[in-house]
Amino acid sequence: MGTSVSEFKARATEKSGDLRHRQFIRTALRGYESARDRRKHAFQSWESARTAAAATKWQAVNHLDEHLIALTGKLEARGTKVHWASTAAQAREIITQILRDKNARSVIKSKSMTSEEIHLNHALEAAGFVVVESDLGEFIVQLRHETPYHIVFPSMHLQRGEIRELFQRELGNAPSDTPEDLTMVARRVMRQKYLQAEVGFTGANFAIAETGMISITENEGNSRLTSALPKTMVTLLGIEKVLPRFADLALFLPMLATAGAGQPMTCYNTMYSGPRQPGEPDGPDEWHVVLLDNRRTELLADAEQRDALHCIRCGACLNVCPIFRNVGGHTYGTTYSGPVGSVITPHLRGLQEWKHLSNASSLCGACTEACPVKIDLHHHLLQNRRNAATAKPAALERLAYRALGVVAGDPKFWWLAKKIGWLAQPLHAVVEGTALDPAKAWTKTRDLPPMPKESFKDWWRNRK
Amino acid sequence: MSERENILGRIREALQVKAPQPGAHGDESASAPAEPAVSHARDWLPAVGPTPAEQFELFAKNCADLKAEFQLLSSRDALKAALVQLRDLEKWRQAASHDGELSQFACRALGLPTLFTDRGYDVQALEKCDVGVTECDALVAQTGGVVVTSRSTGGRALSVLPPHHVVVARREQLVADLPAAFAWLQQKYAPDFPSMISFITGPSRTGDIERIMVLGAHGPKKLTILCV
Repeated sequence: MGTSVSEFKARATEKSGDLRHRQFIRTALRGYESARDRRKHAFQSWESARTAAAATKWQAVNHLDEHLIALTGKLEARGTKVHWASTAAQAREIITQILRDKNARSVIKSKSMTSEEIHLNHALEAAGFVVVESDLGEFIVQLRHETPYHIVFPSMHLQRGEIRELFQRELGNAPSDTPEDLTMVARRVMRQKYLQAEVGFTGANFAIAETGMISITENEGNSRLTSALPKTMVTLLGIEKVLPRFADLALFLPMLATAGAGQPMTCYNTMYSGPRQPGEPDGPDEWHVVLLDNRRTELLADAEQRDALHCIRCGACLNVCPIFRNVGGHTYGTTYSGPVGSVITPHLRGLQEWKHLSNASSLCGACTEACPVKIDLHHHLLQNRRNAATAKPAALERLAYRALGVVAGDPKFWWLAKKIGWLAQPLHAVVEGTALDPAKAWTKTRDLPPMPKESFKDWWRNRK
Repeated sequence: MSERENILGRIREALQVKAPQPGAHGDESASAPAEPAVSHARDWLPAVGPTPAEQFELFAKNCADLKAEFQLLSSRDALKAALVQLRDLEKWRQAASHDGELSQFACRALGLPTLFTDRGYDVQALEKCDVGVTECDALVAQTGGVVVTSRSTGGRALSVLPPHHVVVARREQLVADLPAAFAWLQQKYAPDFPSMISFITGPSRTGDIERIMVLGAHGPKKLTILCV
């Protein structure tokens, strides 16, 4: 307890003072913002689309049991092996066992935040498997032994020179620092990995109950290759990703692309309904779909915040968040950062330890406005604050406010307090900035205004 | 009890309490959403003109934005000429393709040694091909996209492994928008869908380094759509 909050504060202080970092992230996110706005305006009605997407997700999440039964029934009917995992540990164990059963040595992964959530790479490496992230951004942060900086743009905090140095050091190859050359280095390295890996691992963007499909959205084609070449495919799916109908994708795919990256449509949107079927020339012989709860049902049980399960992980709320822009993605110390991360992490990992994230907010509501599925994000941050205070009242804070109430409620006490303040302030200069400074939290970044000798009330009374 | 029953049990217990309507900010009097009307998605998504001419124009514009090459050709002869020109320009030596009336016509036009993926193939050999030629299930005017499947277009890898993907399409395969494409797929295949259906919208790309777009991240660097 207390470690995640003190780490958050320390990192936030450091990062928000790093002007180079701030400038770099702001420029990147501003570029994203203008692309997103252009694409939004291409919609005949982005607002109606949002309303419909929210209603569709509401329907999906509020009938989750029925949709999951339909989804898994259809998947199994076509030869897919479905696994259910209540906890992260169970999911890791299931996936490790699949790899052992296949005598696999290496697994090639396409991007999956859910696998970050359960710390899958670490578990697989500990079990002796070679894990290769194939998404370029994920590959870069994997080489740096870092977690993704942003849920959609994992390596957005790095400049080309840093990536060139990394490739030189880790791959022994980086002809120049142009993004083109660096991407081609990664492409060549990865092609060989694809041909070697026995198992391909993917995440999932949507699951379709009606037809029993998993839909994966990507730009690079790495997920397409992951699902085409290795003989065994494993997909990890958070249970909240389900949509009722196949036709829902006609709305959700362009909305995800627009909100997430300012694209009209992401390059590859692929729906999988089974392993290789009779008459098909390639694809995995076996497909395992692992359904993960990992405390999503606890969030589901909070009816007030249930709509946080509507999240399609587009990253739009991160991109517009003034806190994210200043403190950066790694500061959160969570898998899901930004506003949605601040809302759901207390549910997934414990309210008391992660409640501070809900305080790191200006409540400006930019996130709520950006959300394509209308999650009530900034209200949920307030609700988390309320829930945390109700569950564990801050005794000292409460006492302080009670004392303030007494002092401010009586003119004599108030007059006395002002006099003491005026007399004591010159002494403050002695301790200002030191550990003894009682107003340190304030004076660290702000000036303390001098107390006036005479209050307005006194001045008014004495003016004649 | 199995984990399946545990999870479904927790879900059912959680859902005993009703959730407020989306966007109601806790106002319980807000009315329930009508059956989500994704059938109206057409009215909200980017506009598409009603005539084939307008739709081809939009498709061409989208392809240009995506850095995909698109040619609308007047005859099979013109298709043949376009393929030969591409072959010579890019110095292709080895092609890959699949069974299909139009794809086989294209392969004959190219006159190159061709790997057909339909009945199994060697992955290393496919990786060395200069071009993958496929048919498609639909072209989507609204997005500039091409729909391929594991059953109708030579499997999963043919359209992503070679560095250049050439799609040969027929004019009547153009659909106006995404709702029409999904409706068409459902009509054509349900309930027995191919194990993979992919909407390809432009050549493979990444912006993971400083948000600068680079084509050919993992999949094809080039996508050419020839429609006859």
